[in-house]
Amino acid sequence: MLEFIHGNQASIYFIILSIFLGIEIISNVPAILHTPLMSGANAIHGVILAGAIIVMQQVPADDYLNLTLGFIAVLMGTLNISGGFFVTGRILSMFSAKKATK
Amino acid sequence: MTTILDISYFIAILSFIIGLKYLSFPQKAKLGNLIAGIGMTVAILLTIIISFYQQTINTNLVLILIAVVLGTVIGQIMAKKAEMTKMPQLVSFFNAMGGGCALLLGIIEAQQFHEANNRMAEVVLIAAMIIGAISFTGSFVAYYKLGGKEVPANRSLVLVLSRITLLFLIVIPVLVSYSFLDLSLAQEVLVLASIALVYGIVFVIPIGGADMPVVISLLNSLTGMATALAGIMFHNLLMISGGILVGSAGILLTLLMCKAMNRSLWNVLSGKFKKSGGINSANGEELDIKTITIGELSTQLAFANKVAIIPGYGLAVAQAQHLCAQLDAILEKKDVEVHYIIHPVAGRMPGHMNVLLAEADVSYDKLKEMDDVNHEMKSYDLVIVIGANDVVNPAAENDSSSPIYGMPIIKAYEAKQVVVIKRGMSKGYAGVENNLFGVPNCRMLFTDAKVALNEINNELKRIS
Repeated sequence: MLEFIHGNQASIYFIILSIFLGIEIISNVPAILHTPLMSGANAIHGVILAGAIIVMQQVPADDYLNLTLGFIAVLMGTLNISGGFFVTGRILSMFSAKKATK
Repeated sequence: MTTILDISYFIAILSFIIGLKYLSFPQKAKLGNLIAGIGMTVAILLTIIISFYQQTINTNLVLILIAVVLGTVIGQIMAKKAEMTKMPQLVSFFNAMGGGCALLLGIIEAQQFHEANNRMAEVVLIAAMIIGAISFTGSFVAYYKLGGKEVPANRSLVLVLSRITLLFLIVIPVLVSYSFLDLSLAQEVLVLASIALVYGIVFVIPIGGADMPVVISLLNSLTGMATALAGIMFHNLLMISGGILVGSAGILLTLLMCKAMNRSLWNVLSGKFKKSGGINSANGEELDIKTITIGELSTQLAFANKVAIIPGYGLAVAQAQHLCAQLDAILEKKDVEVHYIIHPVAGRMPGHMNVLLAEADVSYDKLKEMDDVNHEMKSYDLVIVIGANDVVNPAAENDSSSPIYGMPIIKAYEAKQVVVIKRGMSKGYAGVENNLFGVPNCRMLFTDAKVALNEINNELKRIS
């Protein structure tokens, strides 16, 4: 365990700082933006797709079971990202559309 | 080449931070979403290109490309087609996708794990996989519940099952760590994945419909954590930062929602309300209910100076937000000032009601937050409550035996006149009688919100 911590020191610092940054970033959000914020954050955790791509690339080309699983994983990750950003965009466009008509 | 990837990851991380930050400002939110989206696209494309730079084109690459293109197109279509009232379902669906991705990632990686004898690294992999699995099935259950479907289940059985599965999820990895249980990593992952999938289901089932804003942001946050753990596994800073940002922001939002309902997170998760003394049913008989007709209400509206509408989820269910906006426009022409007062947990996800009203072209500056107007409630001539119940119940302030006692409410009863549009005397989610209906300045209009608004609008047009 100590070995693990020693080997991943930079990551651990990085994680601690990111936690505080995450809290700091959204601490003053007005209620009207809760939905787009959540939906935007939802899209961002789709970055797990990067992991799916890395894993997929290591699967032996004749390992059909894992190729299938990997394919589904990449598909799911992409859905998460594209769906997330497009939905957020759509929600936000409703906020701004009526501002233009005003 | 890897330097280029590192730089693109750095830029993507920055784009996430700036994107999320901008999403907190109404004017910059759209730009923020765009920035984060571009950062993400660049990082993912470069990951694909570079991970195959040294290799020849093979089946894996083709499959990845097909999946990415397919996913992008399907995601876009789903996002375009969904109705705004179904937005929470869509968000939990996409959240389930992220969780599922983490789950499959763990299963595949477990079979080709390189860092042999590094139990800590294995535990990280297992944790990412378990959290992903919980978020996967949990989000799907949330999806069904948001659609208004009750999952048929034996409550006590579900509670027992959720304790047992949770116990297994903790005990099994410990047993394997200390060699009490002889399982290969791949076997261990498969066993734990199945248990975690069950846990995800029984974890969300007991949680009540009105607590959905809490659950959705919690599940969102869980997927973020799974992503961050997977990032540690791959030594991938982009995944770590993206995951942690979402994870911590999600937890904060979750707690914010709990606070708005005056309930602890634990309380919400176990699906319990504070025990009430059963006094409420007795009170119900004594409420002095007075009704009002459409005609009377329309006249009052036409002669009011300042009117507030308190929308609840019932408004969204009746799809009446557009009619509401119409009413608002008609009143505006008669120089009546109209505000919307929105409770933080109105709707089925944080901020849901704001989105629905924005869709109906209600101007942004008419939407008021509860805390901003509660102290000037007396200045409203007329307050119309549409499809909301518990959030305007004065019992939260003056009846310490009530299960909702202590919950911040909109003080509708302080307005000069309150009209509640409601189908019948049914109780709100908390299952308590609403004392507001009995106060002297409250009138009831028993009908469907859509029908009522439509008739009021016609009536008002006739008067003018």
